Amino acid sequence: MNELAARFKHNYGGFGLEVDLRLPAQGVSAIFGPSGSGKTTLLRLIAGLERATDGYLSVAGSVWQDAGSFVPTHARPLGYVFQDARLFPHLDVRRNLDYGMRRIPSAARRVALDGVIELLGIGSLMERKPDRLSGGEQQRVAIARALGVSPRLLLLDEPLAALDQARKQEVLPYLERLRDTLDIPMLYVSHAVDEVARLADHMLVLDGGRVVAQGSTIDLMARTDLPLSGDDAVGALIEGRIAGHDETYQLTTVDFSGGRLTLPRQARAVGERVRVRVLARDVSLTLTAQTGTSIINILPAQVTGIASAGPSQSLVSLDLGGTTLLARVTRKSVDALGLKPGLALHAQIKGVALVK
Amino acid sequence: MFAAANLEAILLTVKLASLVTILLLLIGTPIAWWLANTRSAWKAPIEAIVALPIVLPPSVLGFYLLVAMGPQGPVGQLTLALGLGTLPFTFTGLVVASVFYSLPFVVQPIQNAFAAISPGLFEAAATLRARPWDRFFSVALPLARPGFVTAAVLGFAHTVGEFGVVLMVGGNIPGRTRVVSVQIYDHVEALEYGQAHELAILLMGFSFVTLFLLYALNRRVTTLSA
Repeated sequence: MNELAARFKHNYGGFGLEVDLRLPAQGVSAIFGPSGSGKTTLLRLIAGLERATDGYLSVAGSVWQDAGSFVPTHARPLGYVFQDARLFPHLDVRRNLDYGMRRIPSAARRVALDGVIELLGIGSLMERKPDRLSGGEQQRVAIARALGVSPRLLLLDEPLAALDQARKQEVLPYLERLRDTLDIPMLYVSHAVDEVARLADHMLVLDGGRVVAQGSTIDLMARTDLPLSGDDAVGALIEGRIAGHDETYQLTTVDFSGGRLTLPRQARAVGERVRVRVLARDVSLTLTAQTGTSIINILPAQVTGIASAGPSQSLVSLDLGGTTLLARVTRKSVDALGLKPGLALHAQIKGVALVK
Repeated sequence: MFAAANLEAILLTVKLASLVTILLLLIGTPIAWWLANTRSAWKAPIEAIVALPIVLPPSVLGFYLLVAMGPQGPVGQLTLALGLGTLPFTFTGLVVASVFYSLPFVVQPIQNAFAAISPGLFEAAATLRARPWDRFFSVALPLARPGFVTAAVLGFAHTVGEFGVVLMVGGNIPGRTRVVSVQIYDHVEALEYGQAHELAILLMGFSFVTLFLLYALNRRVTTLSA
């Protein structure tokens, strides 16, 4: 019963949302989709901030909404992080954090706020009013405040969308630390492929108010038929183990089912399980293995599929010993190389990033 | 310092204005909250009724209150049935009339302050386990505080400054309904210009200081939140 089951039919402003879904109530599940696909509405329905005319919702065994009952938001054991932080302007950071925590019985306080404050690095901000905080600091305080109620489910609505690139990079590592340290299931709404790839174990893809796909992030990131395939940040995830380190050249090698990848030196122990990400635009294809090239990662692969990705581009799915990799090439190259499913060739990988 | 009759009028005025301000904050807050949040078709007509005393001559308002509270009026019938007598020409009647007369000066600042609060903050409070009443007291009231200060000051000052309604409903009974503004009128009628000056200067000074403090305070609040 450790899952979230939801069925909603909801209309707002001429836009209909109709979903029937089950999500694991553990780890991080991403709700992904282009803007206007209904992601935020789905999250608001789960929080009870919006009430579907026809709906059913149960989380880890307790029913929050069905035909005859509707648990109001303040009675649902959840935490909610809004895109725009929504800190109380009349309270300093300390009292913002205390706001939710004071409203739950002390016996129900499973999350130690002191630990969260340290984890999010906001200990020095306690006396400040929200208008004296940067966007990134506000969002970290908002996350800590939501955790203060010891939620059974943490809902995050594009918590990084309002931040610039630098602030995003500031907050992301904190979210990763939360995922790795706290045992609180999270639903993470995002339209940014890279955030989802770094954070989520499971993902749900929405488009036009309907669920178009759901499954493990690794499986879905390797598909070419989803609305994320047009994104410049599309790329496959590869799971593997640290094979060793080269101290002379400051490199780390990772073994996976399709061979060995070389990355810049990582502070990880040999044997540790890791997840790396290879962007489709960083993969090029050659029919014969190139010599005399500066590219280190060249692996044998087999074409499994070719999908269109825009007027001039194609997205090629490759099989590397059971692991899927994506390559973005021009349609012209597809024809010139005679790419077709079953063809054996070599994938040249220009960039590999460790994401987990 | 003041003549005994003047002092009596001053104390009566302060008592009336204080009582009316407290009543108006209690009555005006729920009205302001409703007006700030409702999408009902009744919003515009209710807003218009609340604002009527701003444009109506006090004599019109006073006339209808007098009729309503008189022995033949609906309010008068009710008070008579309850054994309270009739309200015109009593201090209680003056309080009731003043509450109507100063209502817009209290409701409008509070309504504007409530309307300026981002609805997202109430949603955030709900996700932090706050029930509806809790959200009102912990988010709406503290954030609307400048509006309450303005409302209280304007409500008090406006009650001190009324004349026409008092004359219509309260008459001119020493110690019961003879407030400062009426006392000044009396002095002028009796050609006691010195006595009239004493009170007129007092009201002038009070009004200026009150408004000055109000604007200075609001300026400080805006600068702080900017």
